[in-house]
Amino acid sequence: MEFVLLIFLPVIFALLVPFAFKKIKGIHTGWFVLLVPLVLFGYYLSFLPLVMDGGHAISEMKWIPSLGIAFTSYIDGLSLLFTLLITGIGSLVVLYSVFYMDREKEDLGSFYVYLLIFMTAMLGVVQSDNTMTLYLFWELTSISSFLLIGFWYTKDKSRFGALKSMMITVFGGLMMLGAFILLSIMGETFSVRELIAQAPDLLNQPYFTLALVLLLLGAFTKSAQFPFYIWLPDAMEAPTPVSAYLHSATMVKAGIYLVARFTPIFGSASTWIWLVTGIGLLTLFWGSFFAVKQTDLKAILAFSTVSQLGLIMSLLGAGAISYHATAAMFGFATYAAIFHLINHAAFKGGLFMIAGIIDHETGTRDIRKLGGLMSVMPISFTVAAIGSLSMAGLPPFSGFLSKEMFLESMVALQHFELFNFDTWGIMFPIVAWIASVFTFTYSMYFVLKTFIGQKKFDQLPKQPHEAPIGMLISPMILATIVILVFFIPNVIGKWIIKPAVMAVQPTLYASPSAVDIHVKAWHGFGAAGLWLTIGVVVFGTLLYLTIPKWQPLYRIQPDKLSLNNGYDAMMRGSEKGLNRVSRLYMTGKIRTYLLYMFAFMSVTIIAILFIKDAFVLDMNSFAAITLYGSLNAIVLILSVGFVVFAKSRLAAIIALGGVGYSVALFFVIFKAPDLALTQLVIETVSVALFLLAFKHLPALSTHGETKRNKVVNLIVSLSVGVMVTLVALSSHSQKMIPSISQYYKDTVETEAAGGNIVNVILVDYRGFDTFFEIAVLAIAGIAVLGMIRLRVSRKEPTDENK
Amino acid sequence: METLITLLVGVLVAVGVYLLLSKEMLRIILGTAILSHAIHLLLLTMGGLKKGDVPLLTETAAEYTDALPQALILTAIVISFAVTAFLIVLSYRVYQESSRGPRLRGRQDE
Repeated sequence: MEFVLLIFLPVIFALLVPFAFKKIKGIHTGWFVLLVPLVLFGYYLSFLPLVMDGGHAISEMKWIPSLGIAFTSYIDGLSLLFTLLITGIGSLVVLYSVFYMDREKEDLGSFYVYLLIFMTAMLGVVQSDNTMTLYLFWELTSISSFLLIGFWYTKDKSRFGALKSMMITVFGGLMMLGAFILLSIMGETFSVRELIAQAPDLLNQPYFTLALVLLLLGAFTKSAQFPFYIWLPDAMEAPTPVSAYLHSATMVKAGIYLVARFTPIFGSASTWIWLVTGIGLLTLFWGSFFAVKQTDLKAILAFSTVSQLGLIMSLLGAGAISYHATAAMFGFATYAAIFHLINHAAFKGGLFMIAGIIDHETGTRDIRKLGGLMSVMPISFTVAAIGSLSMAGLPPFSGFLSKEMFLESMVALQHFELFNFDTWGIMFPIVAWIASVFTFTYSMYFVLKTFIGQKKFDQLPKQPHEAPIGMLISPMILATIVILVFFIPNVIGKWIIKPAVMAVQPTLYASPSAVDIHVKAWHGFGAAGLWLTIGVVVFGTLLYLTIPKWQPLYRIQPDKLSLNNGYDAMMRGSEKGLNRVSRLYMTGKIRTYLLYMFAFMSVTIIAILFIKDAFVLDMNSFAAITLYGSLNAIVLILSVGFVVFAKSRLAAIIALGGVGYSVALFFVIFKAPDLALTQLVIETVSVALFLLAFKHLPALSTHGETKRNKVVNLIVSLSVGVMVTLVALSSHSQKMIPSISQYYKDTVETEAAGGNIVNVILVDYRGFDTFFEIAVLAIAGIAVLGMIRLRVSRKEPTDENK
Repeated sequence: METLITLLVGVLVAVGVYLLLSKEMLRIILGTAILSHAIHLLLLTMGGLKKGDVPLLTETAAEYTDALPQALILTAIVISFAVTAFLIVLSYRVYQESSRGPRLRGRQDE
């Protein structure tokens, strides 16, 4: 079967959802939707045996063959892992949403359509082998995420959050498109596999570093890395199933996927290692540090997600070192990254669902109002405790294993001797350890403040009670996975992680079984990870117990210096600043625009004339100056001058007539009888027209023209005059080819049977010109008639802003 | 002769542009009229001013002046006349509309 079509299954199913919602009122629409991820999950499981042996499957559907763009479904270890996450957690989230989203009050039709579009987009991102379709699906995730965050669109905060996430992720997406285009220029293919195959050649290409940075911008914005993480906390305005699905388990991991997928291409560059590891660690620390500041349950989880994504990112960076150092530790880092990715998806999805349950059952998510819920919500508490302890990195939960692997990888970093790591390397384990302490603290903060402590039920909007069992199923399944993974990490490793590691580091391993890593919970007392973990627990507990003492320290940071404020100022500033810039030159006056045009035209043309040394004056071919010509020129100058300086309208009009007649006289002098005739007649008619309108027009006035205006006008008009003269003289001095008029002279009698060459040209050789000139005259006549005859009665002044 | 006429054209263009930049509607129309005169003269000049007789075959001259620019100018004269006529009526209407009721041009505080 062409399994590439399965990518589109959710979006095709989305077409049916509105019908199900409108027609079948009795059953929650979510039950129908649940089928889609379940079927997909089951189907994709069947790829496991193939992928475990290091194989891959590929299925292609042509889209734009002439450009080499195709929908490709390429399933190897890495994409299968993500596919299973998307469909598996997708099923749980849909199940959860059936109980979370009210059938009567919510627009479920739209909700599930957006969710299904998102599912297609995500499947497309992780399975695409073609960079162009990868980009297509990437932007589709941004758009569907935008729709889902703004699902409650009547709330200002939802719209703000949706817009913010859209701006930031689409910015990153466009940068990533740039990287893909550069890659396709360098490698002459859109296929990721073919690009990976020529990775060593790409390394020395001129655009390599630029493509690397652009690609990382795309990954960092999507995965909420520093400083682009600011959209994620604001995206918490989305319904909780959306937060659990998009903003913890799937979409934010698209950036992780991108980094992992392109590691074989860029991993050997030092810029890559430094950026991915450095930014990852910074994000890890930043997110964990600011999580304790939050008072909203979902905001704590959002910062925690940011922090954990940073952890995974830094491990991927450390894993790329294995291209330079053979120490097994660095291959281990990639394994740890993927292991933690799975763990994080499991416990964070569960925690978000619990936060949603608390919100649903108590009416608030404010941690300051909550407390002592353990006795009324025992199941939720158990699940939350499992998730939080796993997040904090305690046994016997999956987070413990990945946290230990993480700390050991970071400790190993300082032994790496390339790219100045031996001097700066010591920073990595220290920062990682401090961040782990804070992670422990906020995990405790999250679960203990909510469920333990004094009961404040009277302050809650609703009387709390345990959630319906249907809502608890999904988090319970996730909590089970969290525990299960701790006890059978190597089974998961063999099935899923090792094939994925092989996909990230294809040059290191020939088959998944070659990945020589065995995860153990117990390393003995000699292992660094153990002592670091003990330190984390001790200091984390201390920090948690003293929270009231040091939490006020967060207030030291002024609001003005926050990144959110920077973003707001940037948006406001660009709007206001650009408005101001437009107002600066768009005055609404025709005179200003004419000034721009004339000044620009004359300055550029005169400048080019002299820069290119194009000015030539060769008077050899010029005719001799005649007496009549000179006298007529003087007359013309005089009458033109009179037009300018005339004080009354009548004088100006008469002087204009003088100009026209002396031009006609020139036509006579220069042997153009037809022109002279026409000019005389037309000038007469024009003057008559001027005089006709004259009666209805106001007296000449200056309309407040100042002296400065006039000086500017004079300078500009003189420069235009100079430009015309220089260009005309120069072009007349250098004629390249003779005129074609010889042909007209030779054939006017034989071909056209006429003697007046001008007239024959007008009606015979170039009759089309005349035809349309007649049309112009006719249109002008009709327009004049229309303007005079047609009067629209005056209505209320129209205001387009109304 | 070409030099002289070209300079003259330059003067006419400068005057036309100067009038276009003024704030009085009638002057702007006068400016367009003068600009079109300037361009017609320029066309004629660029065709060459010296050689030959009137381009009529009945004149048995050895050489005629270039007929093509003359045909072009003839077309241009008619078109510029049409535009000028349109502009005059337009300005008449604009004045008529703006003299009663709110002004059409610019803002109130201008």
